[in-house]
Amino acid sequence: MRTNFKLALKILGRRKFFTFISLFGISLTLVVLMVATAVLDNLFAPREPEQNFDRTLGIYRVVLRGPHGTESMNPGFKYLDTWVRPLPGVEKFGITSEPSSTATYVGGERIDVVLRHTDGAFWQILKFRFLQGRPFTKTEDDSGARVAVITNELGQKLFGPASPIGKTISIQGDAFRGIGVVPAVPITRQVAWGEMWVPIGSYPSSDYRTQFMGNFIGLVMAKSAADLPRLRNEYATVVARIPVPDPAQFNELESHLDTTFESWVRPFFRGGARRQGVTLARGILVLVGLLFMALPALNLITINLSRILERSSEIGVRKAFGAPRRSLVSQFVMENVVLTLIGGALAFALSAAAIAMLNRASLFPNLQFDLNLRIFGYGMLLAVVFGLVSGVYPAWRMSRLHPVNALRGGAQ
Amino acid sequence: MIKLENVNKVYRTERVETLALENINLDVAPGEFVSIMGPSGCGKSTLLNLIGLLDAPTKGKLSIADATINGAGDRKLARFRNEKLGFVFQSFHLVSDLKIVDNVEIPLLYRKMSGGERRKLAQQALDRVGLASRIHHFPTQLSGGQQQRAAIARAIVGKPRILLADEPTGNLDSAMGEEIMSILHDLNQNDGTTIVMVTHDERFARRTDRIVRLFDGRQVA
Repeated sequence: MRTNFKLALKILGRRKFFTFISLFGISLTLVVLMVATAVLDNLFAPREPEQNFDRTLGIYRVVLRGPHGTESMNPGFKYLDTWVRPLPGVEKFGITSEPSSTATYVGGERIDVVLRHTDGAFWQILKFRFLQGRPFTKTEDDSGARVAVITNELGQKLFGPASPIGKTISIQGDAFRGIGVVPAVPITRQVAWGEMWVPIGSYPSSDYRTQFMGNFIGLVMAKSAADLPRLRNEYATVVARIPVPDPAQFNELESHLDTTFESWVRPFFRGGARRQGVTLARGILVLVGLLFMALPALNLITINLSRILERSSEIGVRKAFGAPRRSLVSQFVMENVVLTLIGGALAFALSAAAIAMLNRASLFPNLQFDLNLRIFGYGMLLAVVFGLVSGVYPAWRMSRLHPVNALRGGAQ
Repeated sequence: MIKLENVNKVYRTERVETLALENINLDVAPGEFVSIMGPSGCGKSTLLNLIGLLDAPTKGKLSIADATINGAGDRKLARFRNEKLGFVFQSFHLVSDLKIVDNVEIPLLYRKMSGGERRKLAQQALDRVGLASRIHHFPTQLSGGQQQRAAIARAIVGKPRILLADEPTGNLDSAMGEEIMSILHDLNQNDGTTIVMVTHDERFARRTDRIVRLFDGRQVA
């Protein structure tokens, strides 16, 4: 093993052009995969302030179907309050509205604000880091208190360097008192994203309390991630007995407890496929990754096969001096794995540079991609798979060469 | 040491069948230096490949170092070649990507041996052929004669009892050819290595113990 490793380094060091071409293809592929993984990781992995999302699921959609059509909307407050809040064995249940665009005015200048209405439990499920002040409570929500938590960015726009705590922010004719400041949240945090959060109870009208469909998201936090399958089953049982509103139009209701990833992909699938859609989407992502890897792997296989002719004399000599087939296979596979591992390490450095460029470009406000050790681990694992896949077949072909033909320089 | 009894070698393709060797009987004693001669295409290299276990006879019995070889598998043949046989080729067949010392170490890679031990034996073998000062050179940095000496060092590094040389002087001028022949004679006389050499050069063949002559795949002398 160690000898083969050293030998691989020697051969690769001498075959500079081949090494360069191969490393170029491998690292370029891995860079794309690692940057894509970093983006997906940023979108869907539990990150601040959604750290608890490894054990939190959401109700993002309710779908009603009937002979005349389908209606798909966010759940309403009544739906969540009546059917989801009583789910047994839930650690926390919270509600937030979808973000809505509104505006406030400072010195006659319009300032756009992304507003969310949430309940008190929302602040216990999401772990915002408070720079100043505090979140609002269940009591404040129940009483319809006009209080607000805002981001430091919005605070800067509204009040400059002064603290927003205790200051008034006028939204849609209501005056809210600033009680907390949190760091700005990137748009990719589906549930957390917003600039200003106010209690649900502060809606000017209480109509929302009677709505089956609406613009809310229900958040169900389990005691542990292991409890999530049970909660999904509980919810499926509950959904099966929810009376469908407007039975003249609809005869079927569908809703799921979803992760943020599942909530993104589920709408892309229709009918029966919608239920298996998430598994399918994961499969598609893996397949795309594998297909993407297959191109340079095939390229490397082709290069390696064409090198059989070039290296036939070496193979003949090794066989003549006693190399069994297995030794030759392990030598050539080791060369390939070393090559792809170097490509993996190179790709990690290049990915870090590409991500730094993406971050500098500020494609989305407050969004910072980063490569972590987990992603590096995935990258290196991909590199090893890549090395094995593209190395084994050419190595097997090389080891099967007849020694006499190999010494003559033939590849038969 | 080497015994062939009624050996035939036939090459078959879809259309033709070529009888490369017919009814060869050969007995080489331990420590003997034998030359094989004959015109091009008469089967000299084929015979050497059979003795070297790089190819299998179509018919007949082949014994090397008191072991009957017919029907052995890849691993057994590989181990046998590694322990008992050394090869010297006309075109040297040094691996251009490896330094001379790494080339000489090749036969030892397939034995249970530490890296340090391998290096020591390779240096001794190179010293024996007068290339101690060239161990860190690459093959392309050496002359043809030096490359062939390196190839001999590779062939003897594992201390095989039999050395098979396929036109070892074929690509060299006469002075370098003489150098190579004197190394081979030294190995034969001082180490008792059995040598079978294919050659076109009558002068070199005459200096060996015996000449086996082939013509159209048949043994004529």
